[in-house]
Amino acid sequence: MLFQIHEPGETPLPHESERPLAVGIDLGTTNSVVAISEDGLKARVLSDADGRKLLPSVVYYGTDGSIEVGEQARYKILDTPDQVVTSVKRLMGRGAGDVKALAGALPYLVDTPEADGMVHLSVAGRVLSPVEISADILRAVKARAEAALDKQVTQAVITVPAYFDDAARTATRDAARLAGFEVLRLVNEPTAAALAYGLDNGAEGLYAVYDLGGGTFDVSILRMEKGVFQVKATGGDAALGGDDFDHAVAEYFLNSHSKTHSIRELTAGEAKRTLTVARQAKECLSRQNEGQWMVEIGSESSLQKLTRRTLEELAAPFIERTMSICRGVIEDAGIEIDQIHGVVLVGGATRMPAVRQAVRDLFGKDPLANINPEEVVAVGAALQAAALTLGSDTLLLDVTPLSLGIETMGGIVEKVIPRNQPIPVSMAQEFTTYQDGQTAMSIHVVQGEREMVDQCRSLARFVLNGIPPMVAGAARIRVTFAVDADGLLTVSAQETTTGIEQQVAVKPSYGLDEEEMARMLRAALEHGRADMEQRLAAESTVEAKRSALAVRAALSVDGHLLSDQERQGIEDALNRIDLAVQSADRDKVIAATENLETATKGFAEKRMDHGIRKALAGMAVGDVERTFD
Amino acid sequence: MKKDDAAVVSLSTSEGKSVPQLNPCWSCKGPVDKRALFCSVCGAVQGPGDTDHFTRLGLPVAYHIHTDHLDHQYFGFQRRMHPDRFAAKSSKEKALSQAQATALNDAYETLTDPVKRAVYLLGHVGYSVDLHGSKTVSDPVLLMEQMELREALAEAETEEQVAALLHQAEETAQSCQHEMVRAFQAREYAEAARLVLRLKYLTKLVEDAKGRKSRLAKGS
Repeated sequence: MLFQIHEPGETPLPHESERPLAVGIDLGTTNSVVAISEDGLKARVLSDADGRKLLPSVVYYGTDGSIEVGEQARYKILDTPDQVVTSVKRLMGRGAGDVKALAGALPYLVDTPEADGMVHLSVAGRVLSPVEISADILRAVKARAEAALDKQVTQAVITVPAYFDDAARTATRDAARLAGFEVLRLVNEPTAAALAYGLDNGAEGLYAVYDLGGGTFDVSILRMEKGVFQVKATGGDAALGGDDFDHAVAEYFLNSHSKTHSIRELTAGEAKRTLTVARQAKECLSRQNEGQWMVEIGSESSLQKLTRRTLEELAAPFIERTMSICRGVIEDAGIEIDQIHGVVLVGGATRMPAVRQAVRDLFGKDPLANINPEEVVAVGAALQAAALTLGSDTLLLDVTPLSLGIETMGGIVEKVIPRNQPIPVSMAQEFTTYQDGQTAMSIHVVQGEREMVDQCRSLARFVLNGIPPMVAGAARIRVTFAVDADGLLTVSAQETTTGIEQQVAVKPSYGLDEEEMARMLRAALEHGRADMEQRLAAESTVEAKRSALAVRAALSVDGHLLSDQERQGIEDALNRIDLAVQSADRDKVIAATENLETATKGFAEKRMDHGIRKALAGMAVGDVERTFD
Repeated sequence: MKKDDAAVVSLSTSEGKSVPQLNPCWSCKGPVDKRALFCSVCGAVQGPGDTDHFTRLGLPVAYHIHTDHLDHQYFGFQRRMHPDRFAAKSSKEKALSQAQATALNDAYETLTDPVKRAVYLLGHVGYSVDLHGSKTVSDPVLLMEQMELREALAEAETEEQVAALLHQAEETAQSCQHEMVRAFQAREYAEAARLVLRLKYLTKLVEDAKGRKSRLAKGS
């Protein structure tokens, strides 16, 4: 029999059967897609029993409490439009104020209990947050993946628009947790697409990813080489997409309908139906030059003609806006257009010939079309999920899409982290008091490029208390912003003369707080609690195994420093850990880990002493690696 | 990697090279070199420590840098330290890898930018420059040069004219960097500080010219 030998500190991979499956999910405005990669090299999109790969991000809420997602929900728009929610992604992380700005663009009832709180929707007698509705979509995605793989799926990489702000990212992560996923990573959509495209084609050099989805637009400039995907700059608009084309077409139809028919306020249902017709017209005109569509308002109907040329005129302002964002991002990347090797198209809206032509004109080359623009993001996410769980040499280096700052006197924003900084990143800025004897300071965290606070997005407010009374300008308050690899922000503040510190994970303004999250987990999922406990138990087991391996490694190197009796004490503690891990009892595991810590205290001291004596005698202790070949 | 000795200015401080500094490893508690990324006994990832940006990326402490080599070192370290490599590890290891990756990004961002790199290196040798503090330019030669270049850019009307100016500005910035390398080698830090200011203005001019050029290209 052969024994497996592992690197010190490396935990062996669990058996094929017990390894949880990790999928990649593109949670889109119009459609969602799920994919899996079993080997980290190739990924496949998972389809339903009928072979459909796109799952419409549409949810139907029955008055009897039933929920349907996808194609079936979409059919219900015609009969029960009030009970169907579409394009919920546009509301992720949004406040009441933001939604007013979108007024008219949302064909459902919006319910905002508090002026400052998160938006809620009234659907079929229920009040639902966008997070809960997205969680319903993700549950359907999970069910599809589990049916296709015939295995339980618990881990996922979820993609978000690169231009999503912190509130929208947090909302997406919360929705996934609510649906029962452990979120391995949030990955930006253009970066995921680049990963899928680049690995498949062995791309090298500078590439642009132009991603026009149903409700969001992103453009990223990346450098690709030998498994490295380095984002140079990113930009976009979190409320610009194919939906806007539909709205323009619907308005055009209604306008010409009203020339021959009476006009009145549309019901939410009529608005949704008209939008559905408009979307069909738009998609149709990517293949043909003109057509006629039936518009029905109340009992009156009319036949409306639309040509591709008129559609292009209607879409032109939106396309021009994406072009102007592209130019800005190229400037931010510090490059010139002709240095870009290729342009990757992502998102269903890039099927429109006018969009392709505009991209061709701006970049001076034909966009790369050998990929499916609606599947490539999920494929990239699946490859990343495999990389995270199976290990990989591929490196994704992403950036902050928007500047982060805090409010200072007069409502002016002081930037702490500028946009396009590689993440993870941590930066600090010092502020001071403006009144004599001031003992508290209110810190308002904002995100955006504008100078004034009210033009940026408010992310959180908190108060730093206990500043010792000093004359104005004497206190030193150091505010540190840290953005992790998921693009999520944590802010901490410290008065540096006394060391008083406060830390906040940024989320309050438009997200769910931890309590609300826990309540929803319990209420929405019977087994939500069990899931969470299982996760905590898994974490303590990982920790226990880690410390046991570390001690065993230390014994094999420095065991000679111990007496037989001392060694036996440590061996006993190690055995106790093994037993506790087998029992899978979280409390036992934690106790055994603490016991090992105590049992090895003397050993640790002896090793340090020995190491220092060796070092003084001029002997090297381990290798310090600082170069690569 | 030792061929380029002439271009390498040894700026390492008097703190001795003889005795390696040891920390207890947080995981196996044994001794581990302060600069090590992983414990040589148990393999656990270590914290980033407080080394300088050059050493962190395995580069000599010198102004002259080969961009390709810098990228190579940065990608190499990130390949091993990035949080993506620690997704299945304990939360302590995840936190340490995030701290390591953050420190690497900080070092890379500073060293890739010729202006930031010069300011950082001047600070490292105890010569602090404040690029944002002084709003007025006291150097008349520098002032004259920048005014002329700015005026030329403002007057340029065609894409070709802007492109020519851009080319000129890029070449001047390049030669300014060569002078900087020389100044650091000769330890003429006052001269280096003067050149930093010049390089900062030239870099800004190059950026503005690029923006102007792409706007003109769009109009055509």
